[in-house]
Amino acid sequence: MLKHKGAVPNPGRRRFLVSGLSATGGLLVGLPSLNLLAAETTAGGGKIGFFVDIRPDGDVVIGVAQPEMGQGVRTSMPMLVAEELDVDWSNVRIEQMPLGIIHTADGFAWKYGGQGAGGSTSVTDNWPYLREVGATARLMLVQAAALRWNVKPGECRTESGVVICDSIDKRLEYRELAAEAAGLPLPEESPVLKDIGDYHIIGQPQKVIDGRAIVTGKARYGIDTSVPGMRYASIERCPWLDGGVESLDDSAARAVPGVLDVFVVEGPKPGEPYLILATGVAVVATSTWAAFQGRKALKVKWTHGPHADESTGSFWKQCDELLAGDGQVVRDDGDFDAALEAAATRVSARYKEPYVNHATLEPQNCFAHVKEDSVHIIAPTQMPAGASRAAAEVTGIDRLNIQVEMTRVGGGFGRRLTNDYVAEATIVSKKTGLPIQLVWTREDDVQHDFYRPSGMTEMTAGVDSNGQVVAWKQRLASASKYYRRPGVEADKMYEAELYVDDFPAAIVENLKVEWLAVQSGVPRGSWRAPAHTANAFVVESFMDEIAHASGQDPVQLRLAMYGGNRELPYAQHGGPTFNPYRLSLLLKKVVERIDYSKPRPKGRAVGVAAHFTFGGYAAHAVEVSVSDEGDLSIERIVAAVDCGLVVNPLGVEAQLQGGTIDGLSTALNLQITVKDGQIQQSNFHDYPILRMASVPELVECHILPFNDTPTGMGEMGIPTLAPALTNAIFNASGVRIRQLPILDQLKQAMTA
Amino acid sequence: MINFEVNGQAAAFDGDENTPLLWVLRDHLDLKGSKFGCGIGQCGACSVHINGAVQRSCITPVSSVAGQSIMTIEGLAPDEKNLHPVQQAWLEEDVPQCGYCQAGQLMAAADLLIRIPQPSDADINSSMTNICRCGTYVRIRKAIHRAADLLGQQNNSGGEHA
Repeated sequence: MLKHKGAVPNPGRRRFLVSGLSATGGLLVGLPSLNLLAAETTAGGGKIGFFVDIRPDGDVVIGVAQPEMGQGVRTSMPMLVAEELDVDWSNVRIEQMPLGIIHTADGFAWKYGGQGAGGSTSVTDNWPYLREVGATARLMLVQAAALRWNVKPGECRTESGVVICDSIDKRLEYRELAAEAAGLPLPEESPVLKDIGDYHIIGQPQKVIDGRAIVTGKARYGIDTSVPGMRYASIERCPWLDGGVESLDDSAARAVPGVLDVFVVEGPKPGEPYLILATGVAVVATSTWAAFQGRKALKVKWTHGPHADESTGSFWKQCDELLAGDGQVVRDDGDFDAALEAAATRVSARYKEPYVNHATLEPQNCFAHVKEDSVHIIAPTQMPAGASRAAAEVTGIDRLNIQVEMTRVGGGFGRRLTNDYVAEATIVSKKTGLPIQLVWTREDDVQHDFYRPSGMTEMTAGVDSNGQVVAWKQRLASASKYYRRPGVEADKMYEAELYVDDFPAAIVENLKVEWLAVQSGVPRGSWRAPAHTANAFVVESFMDEIAHASGQDPVQLRLAMYGGNRELPYAQHGGPTFNPYRLSLLLKKVVERIDYSKPRPKGRAVGVAAHFTFGGYAAHAVEVSVSDEGDLSIERIVAAVDCGLVVNPLGVEAQLQGGTIDGLSTALNLQITVKDGQIQQSNFHDYPILRMASVPELVECHILPFNDTPTGMGEMGIPTLAPALTNAIFNASGVRIRQLPILDQLKQAMTA
Repeated sequence: MINFEVNGQAAAFDGDENTPLLWVLRDHLDLKGSKFGCGIGQCGACSVHINGAVQRSCITPVSSVAGQSIMTIEGLAPDEKNLHPVQQAWLEEDVPQCGYCQAGQLMAAADLLIRIPQPSDADINSSMTNICRCGTYVRIRKAIHRAADLLGQQNNSGGEHA
């Protein structure tokens, strides 16, 4: 870990820097986040994390504060530092930083800057910050060289890890200057950052920095944690939503060789916030397999809880009933009713989106060791501070005494924004006093999740005689992901379900958006591009339906509505503005690449969709063939994304490919259904994540940066795939898919 | 006591003989490269080679491998410096995202290339049944073709000396 000696706060600066020598004698530089400034000034200095460590052997070790779950931060974040530090990328090594928090007058603040990973924010949030970290370290190395040579820093320049003074023809490598640089007072001024044209690392394709460790089996995930004396735990959770233990006979389980302990872990009461997801019975053993065997031998009688009547059928019935009445009006522009009345063409349709499971391939797991006044957590988590809060809530131990280490994360997709499994492991360690590794089975993971919310949307639009959309109403009945989240008022529940500034707000003059609260006992949470996956399917399907109903081309209708280059206000995550013109550039690209206007044989057609997600823009064109019997074949996919300035083109392409495949997998086959208050799916045989055989051989990705402001990339690639696909299916077959997943709906419609 | 060989080294296990090989590798032999994903042979994250053929170790009782030779991801590369062609190709195509499934994918790909040195896309589709939740399939497919080329070059250069 990056350690430091001798913090040198400079309270005169708006932000201040700290530098020092590392344990190995290298230079360390870090830059506290803004909220740390106040904390540090009141605390009179203190420990601050460091990102840069130049070792005597010339290695440049860069700390990574965010957890890596496949989104590429362990490569892209150090690229920002290395660029401004001006070093060779081939000399860069990285180290994962642990959670860093400090005490403030009113709670806790970040020590190294924000460390969570969610909402595609890592690049956006760290773009100025980490470049400044690198530039400051570079400046101090220049100053050290200037002192040694008795010249002005302004007479020196740097080049790939070397400080050069041309006027005296001298050069020194960073590693020769690191110790001196570390002892210098911190620069008073903010460093000057490079011009974009001078970048040699940012914008260049950089491969996954852990590639070799991954392909040789050396990369370490949470589940790979091994600590001397560690015991293994697994929990049999109640299969009924909010159910509990009526009786437990653990005699057979305790007789399983290796089983050390069996006890009930109480879940939250119905309606209470989720510290953990469910009541269960924990089995602690000397090996993972023994713990699993112990679980199988448990005889538990469960109470069925308050949702035993809930089923997927009752969910849809509730949506129908809600949509028959009035909802909460969350946006109301112009006069929708009058505009619809006056419209030449009226279109209406309802769409359904299922609950879906995150299905991270690495099942939830956590190492926890609760001691008398400290806790050690090693976990694959997207929210390390949340892990610390969870462990504190279980133990009552001061968070400063809770050490949280982050491993690589075997898939996140929003599942590991919640740290329920950290709380569970902490509970088991606290009860047994043992260092515990808790491991979920796949069945645990499919049956107990914070699922993507399910909902039904009713869409209504009016088109005038010129083909202009003049009235637009979107009414969503859904089970909000804010369910049981502390502090969210009933009238704010919609905010997680509908982003009221989404397209076509501020474009269609008479626009109304309503939300209706569905009651459900199914836990729900954030799933890759929350709300966008559902709403892009609805809006982009309906755009095609409007175009067809009013005799227009779906692409031309979209382009007309996107209009020219202008920023529209966007108050939700991804704002503050949204420029629909950027969608038109992407749409034109995918339309051109897929040869949209080319005549195609019967049963073969193209569909498109475009959407703005959390600051990034994406479009898909999908070409399909549908046989007379309803057999679907995906012939080709073209994807395009505009995430502004591209930090790592290889990483952006990977996320676009991955989002595309995730979108395809989910649209075709994935749903979680409920019967008698229980989740019906249990493993990959009935939750069939897409495999190679279903992946089209032609998947093409394009990156079209519109400007020099980078946005994240983890989520933009997914929302448009489903509607582009179902639009293509309609164009090929005349069958409109309004419910996901597609499953055998096409076959049924074609053979009916 | 069940005796077998892992990556060329003798190994033994004296616990419950129904224990899946995966958990013997992971918990008892501290070989963490093979991953637990589903426990029912669906996802392939646990794939290893048993006597040279790919198998899903999460549904392979350790009793069934007595006297057999197992290779895990840790043993796929010929030595510290040199990688197996599939590993090399995976790096060149920059395949991994989260990386969790990739050990299994690599073992499946290595097995495919033993059986079919120049696989078609159809061969890849039928043999590569492992799940990648991140959706790296597009690059996996390219990497397998590239590995086949690398392997072909190796074999050709070997042939010249024969």
